[in-house]
Amino acid sequence: MSSQCGPILDSLNEYVRQLEGIREAVFSTMVMVNEIPAPTFKELNRAKFLVDRFSELEMLNTSIDEKGNAIGILPGRTGDNDILVTAHLDSVFDNTIDHTVTLKPNVAIGPGIGDNSLGVAVLGTLPLILRRIGLELDSNLVLLGSTRSLGKGNLEGIRFVLNNYKRPLISALCLEGIKIGRLSFSSIGMLRGELTYKIPELYDWTKFNSVGAIVDMNDMINRILEIPLPRKPKSTIVLGQMEAGTSYNTLPTKARLRFEIRSESDEIVSSLASRINYLAEEMTSKTGALVKFNKIALRKSGGTEFSHPLNNIGRNILNQLGISPRITPSTSEVTALIDKGIPALTIGLTDGENGGDLEESVFIEPISKGLAQLAGLLRAIDEECSKEH
Amino acid sequence: MKINDWIRENTYHHSAFADLKTLVEQKKTSGLTISLCIPTLNEEKTIGKEVVIFKSEMMKRYPILDEIAVVDSGSADRTLEVASSFGADTYLSAEILPGEGSKTGKGENLWKAIYQLKGDIIVYIDADIKNIHPRFVYGLIGPLIFRPEVSYVKAFYDRPLTFSDSIRPSGGGRVTEILTRPLFSVFFPELTAIIQPLSGEYAVRRSVLETISFPVGYGVETSHLIDVYQKHGMKTFAQTDLDQRVHRNQETRDLGKMSFGIIQTFLRRLRRHGIINSEGDYPTVLRQFQAHDDLYETIEWNIPEYERPPMITIPEYRKARNLSPN
Repeated sequence: MSSQCGPILDSLNEYVRQLEGIREAVFSTMVMVNEIPAPTFKELNRAKFLVDRFSELEMLNTSIDEKGNAIGILPGRTGDNDILVTAHLDSVFDNTIDHTVTLKPNVAIGPGIGDNSLGVAVLGTLPLILRRIGLELDSNLVLLGSTRSLGKGNLEGIRFVLNNYKRPLISALCLEGIKIGRLSFSSIGMLRGELTYKIPELYDWTKFNSVGAIVDMNDMINRILEIPLPRKPKSTIVLGQMEAGTSYNTLPTKARLRFEIRSESDEIVSSLASRINYLAEEMTSKTGALVKFNKIALRKSGGTEFSHPLNNIGRNILNQLGISPRITPSTSEVTALIDKGIPALTIGLTDGENGGDLEESVFIEPISKGLAQLAGLLRAIDEECSKEH
Repeated sequence: MKINDWIRENTYHHSAFADLKTLVEQKKTSGLTISLCIPTLNEEKTIGKEVVIFKSEMMKRYPILDEIAVVDSGSADRTLEVASSFGADTYLSAEILPGEGSKTGKGENLWKAIYQLKGDIIVYIDADIKNIHPRFVYGLIGPLIFRPEVSYVKAFYDRPLTFSDSIRPSGGGRVTEILTRPLFSVFFPELTAIIQPLSGEYAVRRSVLETISFPVGYGVETSHLIDVYQKHGMKTFAQTDLDQRVHRNQETRDLGKMSFGIIQTFLRRLRRHGIINSEGDYPTVLRQFQAHDDLYETIEWNIPEYERPPMITIPEYRKARNLSPN
């Protein structure tokens, strides 16, 4: 860490104290964000809300771009550099889910509240947060609520911005509601795919003695689990979602299995995908059902080194706040930034539970530390003590 | 005034007042102060969110509210603790105007708020709203800020921004459509223009609030409409569509109790205004039935609709507001 960063670390506890007073602005924004449903590809209403917030805070160039991203610029004193701060707008919950939030003294509960309504809310109140601690940056802050991040969205929103933003971005911070302590500065290789199983309409059940889609896909799952995975580089196959069948006594003719291959090595991702594709072709030939392998999303591995100054200051800030850093590779926004060679960190803002459930929750007390962490990092980037020399 | 004309001229959508900067400026110009009263009884699940949203959005971000108060009937849960932790002023209804004693019911809290709160306008918002939003405040006070002749703004809930060309039914809940609106149609036809007469959200000028009596129970909304109408006519009312209100549904049996309280309030006013002539008190016991196997039995609920007098007649109130003694 550069010695320049010392004063930043010394300021953190005071930031935490001062930012206690801004929490209700963050909470109210978080509640309103969460209660606007925003499944991937349907984020427009949430984006409008965020852009309105940006405009109310008198930011510049507030707009919604052609991919639906919400963008605003908080001008710096000199404006020589641009720093990107981003939070994804979309959530995994459908429009039809009850999105209302319950707010208790210590916890807020609602579907998607941690992933990523809190992150969006902090983005929407960031000018107030900086004002509260009297922090004026030289750099411009480019605030981005990105769309089409999850699942089939495949980071389309942030990639569009990175491909079309006209000025260089010196660094980027990606905000996630939970969990505080998380630091992601590298991406692992990832392939997100699905296997679809369909029995042709003319298929003769009696002739082939078929057992239907569920049993065949169960066999497929067993075959996937038999694929040997190397211990190094670390690799895994996550079987995330399965759909099949309609009732107790009807043989299912369709099934869908969604999975994700992750590895520190791009070659292994590719090799595992080939193995699964082979299994699909083999099942097609054996059963007469049409089993297709569809590639949904792909990420390359990469990132900055553990010892990169931005990552060093990220760890030092957390340690100063009394929080143990947890270094985790990511497959989210930070990977799009890594692809572009932009030093980037994903940080968590508070603790929480039940991620991905209807009862997802964020804890209120740690949020002040999460905000102080963000302010410290922005200051470190702005003062260039997070920069490689 | 023809009912459809009144509806056309006095019915708003909350989006008409969503320019909050202009609303703040107009409020400053008018010199009015505005208080929010949230009456509560065991509302710990929803009160925190209401307080945070209104305090953050309607006090700090846009200084529209001057005061946020929770007036509680004696909750057994942590309603007041939660409300206080998020920055609301909290009061136990029984501790306000102790010399006047304490009654049980939401209307009691609303009445005592007139004494306790400072604003020239008081906005009443129920605490059980799951989808609370700043529009619940700005939608109700908008007509009062921009139209001095309006004193009483009532909420209703619909979704007119998404309507098609076809006709759609619009109105209140079950008690409104089965009881209140039919009664209004017979005795006070103009009041049928109030789309949801029983909604618990309204904003009223103090000058009107302090002159009307308050049933402490189910009849408070109905009595307000009749009494204000009798004193000032329809010109003093407006109503605002606040879109959807998500809240817990009540059992039919509970709606029966509500209807019984409303009927008492209604009959009392018909008699007071000389519309019907009868002597003696009406029964205050509601009878409902329940069954155990083949055995049917009566349940009796005593629901006396006690009424508080106009606050302006209370000596302590007159003293607190520097009014001459009665």
